[in-house]
Amino acid sequence: MPKRSIVPFGPQHPVLPEPIHLDLVLEDEKVIEAIPSIGYVHRGLESLVTKKDFNEMVYVTERICGICSFMHGMGYSMAVEKIMNVEVPRRAEYLRTIWAEMSRIHSHLLWLGLLADAFGFESLFMQSWRLREKILDMFEISTGGRVIFSVNKIGGVLKDMPADMLNQFVSILNDMEKDLRATTKVFLEDYTVKSRLVGVGILTKEDAIRRGAVGPMMRASGIEVDMRKTGYAAYNDIDFELITSKECDSYGRCCVRIDEIFQSIEIIRQAVKKIPDTELSATVKGFPNGEAFVRLEQPRGEAFYYVRANGSKFLDRMRVRTPTFANLPALTQTLQGCQFADVPLLILTIDPCISCTER
Amino acid sequence: MKNIHKSPWLLHYDGSSCNGCDIEVLACTTPVYDVERFGVVNTGNPMHADIFLITGGINSQNEEVVRQIYEQMPNPKVVVAVGTCACTGGIFKECYNIKGGVDTVIPVDIYVPGCAARPESIIDGVVKAVGLFREKHLKEKEGEKA
Repeated sequence: MPKRSIVPFGPQHPVLPEPIHLDLVLEDEKVIEAIPSIGYVHRGLESLVTKKDFNEMVYVTERICGICSFMHGMGYSMAVEKIMNVEVPRRAEYLRTIWAEMSRIHSHLLWLGLLADAFGFESLFMQSWRLREKILDMFEISTGGRVIFSVNKIGGVLKDMPADMLNQFVSILNDMEKDLRATTKVFLEDYTVKSRLVGVGILTKEDAIRRGAVGPMMRASGIEVDMRKTGYAAYNDIDFELITSKECDSYGRCCVRIDEIFQSIEIIRQAVKKIPDTELSATVKGFPNGEAFVRLEQPRGEAFYYVRANGSKFLDRMRVRTPTFANLPALTQTLQGCQFADVPLLILTIDPCISCTER
Repeated sequence: MKNIHKSPWLLHYDGSSCNGCDIEVLACTTPVYDVERFGVVNTGNPMHADIFLITGGINSQNEEVVRQIYEQMPNPKVVVAVGTCACTGGIFKECYNIKGGVDTVIPVDIYVPGCAARPESIIDGVVKAVGLFREKHLKEKEGEKA
């Protein structure tokens, strides 16, 4: 019987931008089991609902994660709006959709860069992040912030994007599309990249369901799930197809995310064409009382917001189920039986966001 | 080892930040901001590092990790706390698991404020750190001579 050894991986590791610890049980070079332990980024921010009032909590939820910060603020606002029966003006819904899709593009580009870094393709990492800077510039023009921009409020949004700014963004995105095609072509066609991705980290359709995977991880295993199809914000007015892949491996996940970048650009184009001219936010009076669930699609998958209010300015409870948390069981599945050298790559294919997971 | 102060190596660790400062630090190493033009290079090994960039506050789990990384780094070393959370605990100060800023565990030389800290201010912090590292290094050398 080959000798077994346990290798600690993390929390401080060159490939990990964020701390997570894995105990890898190895048989020679083969990983037999991976045991994750988390808690390095745990802050306990859900408990802040008892210390900060429900309006201030928008800013706290935005800081659950700096990558999908906009969508966290949006999810929380949607939950409180649901409790208070606030009808959000359509223009605010559209603006939220546009910012959310821009966040998706920036998040997927960030992931592509980190993936390239994980298999040692540094110039590709730099190219992806160079393209991502254009999206951040657009955030800065429209909101003033680059990664955390606090434009959500209960009942709508705080800032408007005038028509000429929106048209300017569409033309920037149109120009970007050509560069994006050139960069993503390397991910999809280069044989060195393919040799690291194809057939690595297989998650079958059955396993994906059994392990409760979400988002691109699920869609790359051929299952059509996307919370945007439930029609929150302005998604019910927008025409888009779900992107899935039958590959079930790391290459499939890469394809799904790349296609989603182009899909997001298309969604923004449609939203800019259809955006109505209304108020930016509805008047919100009184305190929330009751409870609500909200599900929304973040770049990493489905996020789940639960809020319970008691009629005072402080909420009783807030709970967030974030996509990376749901994808961790799928990660331990894909790590079983893989090569030790593929571990960093496989951790990255779930697009981990540890600060979301631990809050 | 005479000219070591000219090109210090940089180590980044994410304490309990929200990722915001974290990705901005990473963005600083990419072509648009390119902090490496000041002679620093990013490394993943604490034992190779001279400048320690840390984002996010200190919680009960990462306290030991931060202290360990600091102790593994060779002398002289410079610690830069990036972002409001790393400076004081920031918006999470009242959370039950946050002890406060990085200076509750290790001595901090340079504080970079901002939520999230902007790449320009991070670069500013790094440039100051390079200067301070040079100073510390020269001081140490004089100490050896005397």
